[in-house]
Amino acid sequence: MIEFHLDGRSGVAPYLQLIHQVRHALRLGLLHQGDQLPKVKDVVAALAINPNTVLKAYRELEYAGLVAARPGVGTFVTGTLDGGSLAAHGPLRRELQRWLAKARRAGLDDESIEALFASTFRSASEEDIA
Amino acid sequence: MSAVIETEGLGKRYRTRWALAGCTLSIPAGHVVGLVGPNGAGKTTLIDLATGMLKPSAGTIEVLGGRPAVGPAQLARVGYLAQDAPVYAGLPVADHLRLGAHLNPGWDADLARRRVARLGLDPKQKAGTLSGGQRAQLALSLAVAKRPELLILDEPVASLDPLARREFLQDLMESVAEQQVSVVLSSHLISDLERACDYVIVLVDSRVRLAGPTDELLATHHLLSGPRRDPASLPDGLQVIAASHTDVQTTLLVRTSRPVLDPAWTVSAVGLEDLVLAYMRQAGPAPAAPRDGHRHLEVRK
Repeated sequence: MIEFHLDGRSGVAPYLQLIHQVRHALRLGLLHQGDQLPKVKDVVAALAINPNTVLKAYRELEYAGLVAARPGVGTFVTGTLDGGSLAAHGPLRRELQRWLAKARRAGLDDESIEALFASTFRSASEEDIA
Repeated sequence: MSAVIETEGLGKRYRTRWALAGCTLSIPAGHVVGLVGPNGAGKTTLIDLATGMLKPSAGTIEVLGGRPAVGPAQLARVGYLAQDAPVYAGLPVADHLRLGAHLNPGWDADLARRRVARLGLDPKQKAGTLSGGQRAQLALSLAVAKRPELLILDEPVASLDPLARREFLQDLMESVAEQQVSVVLSSHLISDLERACDYVIVLVDSRVRLAGPTDELLATHHLLSGPRRDPASLPDGLQVIAASHTDVQTTLLVRTSRPVLDPAWTVSAVGLEDLVLAYMRQAGPAPAAPRDGHRHLEVRK
């Protein structure tokens, strides 16, 4: 069973934060098929969060085919995320590490690396849309 | 969707001063609605009109489709928790429940007992000796146990410390989950509302400045910062809520349903508190001139 938390300062809607946390747990292998998500009432009690918000998050996860609700029992994980766990990304990770080493040798500090990555990522996604 | 509270040109005058004027709003059912606004915006007056404690000087108000407090049946449908959660200081907790049972036709004695036990309140303890948080939760228990269709709370957490505030909201959210009751709660503590309320209404000078589902408001507002430019040159569909400029930089709070793709902008999310404050400031007097180098959000009318 995973436990949810909320970042009140992030500006990300609470239901999206719950969805991200489930997807993240799936990617990290913390959640497997058949595992139960926390009961709506327990999430509500733990986070002082609106029940509609939890229901909305679970509903969207259900649309995405990741979980299924069994009435009167709870919500259970039914799907996996493409690409499996992070462990499967070994080669990509090694390539990224080589790139990071190159960037450091070129004299970039952490902030510049992050800014370069973010702006490249943004312009790449923009080209995809256009 | 039906409305739990609907007003049309609603106003309340005290001698020559209007505490609320020309207020037209519709509060949808099935939500926990946060009513926010600066002091003096008319929140408490609106709530007092909705509960029938006050009579309107102008306009109309309907609560659950009827006139507020028009008879016993209407009274039984609405639960109300006044500011500072008043209880009878000299009466023990158990007598509050007995009083509730006598005064409310739909009283759920079982629910009331379970709640008081869960809160760990001693039935023999006098309400005056309870902590602020316990008193608020006792008052909420009474309001919930009458099994209302609509629960109205006026600044329920304003006087509580952060822990008691969180516990109160947890308790309230659990009640909403169990009973499917619509809730309208006023507050100026916006950070607390972000979790609890799925619908927000910003009231400034008796007017609704902003109303909508919390998720939608968060998803459609963004903070943009980038090189200085004229807001008039922005693409269509981008509504500027607040703008500030230095000699080299422009910062905008915008509302748009489309993603902002222009790479010149750094786009970040906006928390509910900053968002609501930006709308509140739209009404106020013109902001003071920004000091040099000081980033200042000035508001476009």
